[in-house]
Amino acid sequence: MASPVARPPRPRGFWQTLDQFARDAAPGALTVLLVVAMGIPIGLPAQHGVMPVPALAAVYFWTLYRPSLLPPLAVFAIGVLSDLLSAAPLGLHPLLLLLLHAAVLTQRRVLARQSFLLVWVVFLLMAAGVLGLGWILRTLLVFRLLPVEPALYELALTVAVYPALSWLFVRVERSLAAAA
Amino acid sequence: MIRLSVPLRQAIARLVLPALIAASFGLMLLGKADTVLAERARAALSDLLVPVYGVLARPVAAVRDAAAEIRHLIHLHGENARLRDENERLRRWRDVALALEAENLALREVLHAPAEPTPQFTTVRVVADLGGAYARSALLAIGPQHSVRKGQVALDGSGLVGRITEVGGRSARLLLVTDINSRIPVQVERTRTRAILAGTNAPRPRLQHWTGGEAPVAGERIVTASEAGAFPAGLPVGIVREGRGGVLEVELFADLDRLEFVRLHDFGLSGILPPEQVTRPERPRRRGDG
Repeated sequence: MASPVARPPRPRGFWQTLDQFARDAAPGALTVLLVVAMGIPIGLPAQHGVMPVPALAAVYFWTLYRPSLLPPLAVFAIGVLSDLLSAAPLGLHPLLLLLLHAAVLTQRRVLARQSFLLVWVVFLLMAAGVLGLGWILRTLLVFRLLPVEPALYELALTVAVYPALSWLFVRVERSLAAAA
Repeated sequence: MIRLSVPLRQAIARLVLPALIAASFGLMLLGKADTVLAERARAALSDLLVPVYGVLARPVAAVRDAAAEIRHLIHLHGENARLRDENERLRRWRDVALALEAENLALREVLHAPAEPTPQFTTVRVVADLGGAYARSALLAIGPQHSVRKGQVALDGSGLVGRITEVGGRSARLLLVTDINSRIPVQVERTRTRAILAGTNAPRPRLQHWTGGEAPVAGERIVTASEAGAFPAGLPVGIVREGRGGVLEVELFADLDRLEFVRLHDFGLSGILPPEQVTRPERPRRRGDG
């Protein structure tokens, strides 16, 4: 999917630099946009505020196929943004997303060549692990046993929207690769 | 650009991830130790995002309104019958209310009781529905010359919605009553039994710690209590329902899934708030509010 082959060096004027910067920032910017978009009140009945976590899907996808486009610093920044937006304990999302990033990095050589279905199943497992750890950390931080159901809903929603997000990311990745 | 040797650059690249993970733990400690800092950061971000949400919310609202319109058209006939029915019932209640008001006025006259002051309120728009699995809050867009303060009570058309926990320059965060950190003193309207309404992140918050021996009964109306002076008494909250395992829950009057506007009531009360919601001294910018 990704081509780790180095691009031939080109003369770099101001516009090329800007263009390159925009390309490099695209995955991070898209993720920020998705995280912010989750706050739009769509007013679905029976949703009760539980939303998918697009940041998990984004970090998983980009780390798997184009780790250079979503470096750890961007992952950290997306995590801080998620924390501030959702009023979660500060530092929780950066930690979870960075752990996911690290976990995917160790497996990406094997995983990047697999079929979509297997990639999806591995996402389910990793998201379950990350959100489970998130539940444990929250419980420790507030020193009170939290209900498990919201985390399960969140996991189910996140895994359910992964194919759609993955489709979107593939389109972006292809357009980036084609333009490069 | 500083030129570094390749091995050094690789070493630094390898160190970034562990360093950032350590930084996350550091942030966690910092957030735990200094809640004011986290709150300021959240308020600053909210201020930044409120205009963005304001723009984004418009097309979404248009689609939502169109869907609601279609739904209304489908149910027009049944809705008409229901409304006629309700109108009949309300007309009877209106007569009762008018009679009671007259009687109340007469009694006040006799007793020289002061009339209850009419509460002041401002109406603000809900622009974002923030929160995830373990938080339920809404972002409010408020004007730059606002007089919104922490601890104010918010109601929608039918009942209590929550309370303001953060105020920025042009945004405010509203902690919904269903949030897991929300604790609100309430009472059963009929028996005056006091209780605590505790959010669980589920759509129906729970009733806890009621006073007296008898538990509130399903079907009774719950209103706010003025316990500790943090809340004005008598605001409509919901109806007691029995949940799974005999847990007493409250079905809220307010429709938290479809918040568009909320009324912020200022009752001038500054009672005991939870430690994380203690009001700081007002900044001079917001002069003479309250």
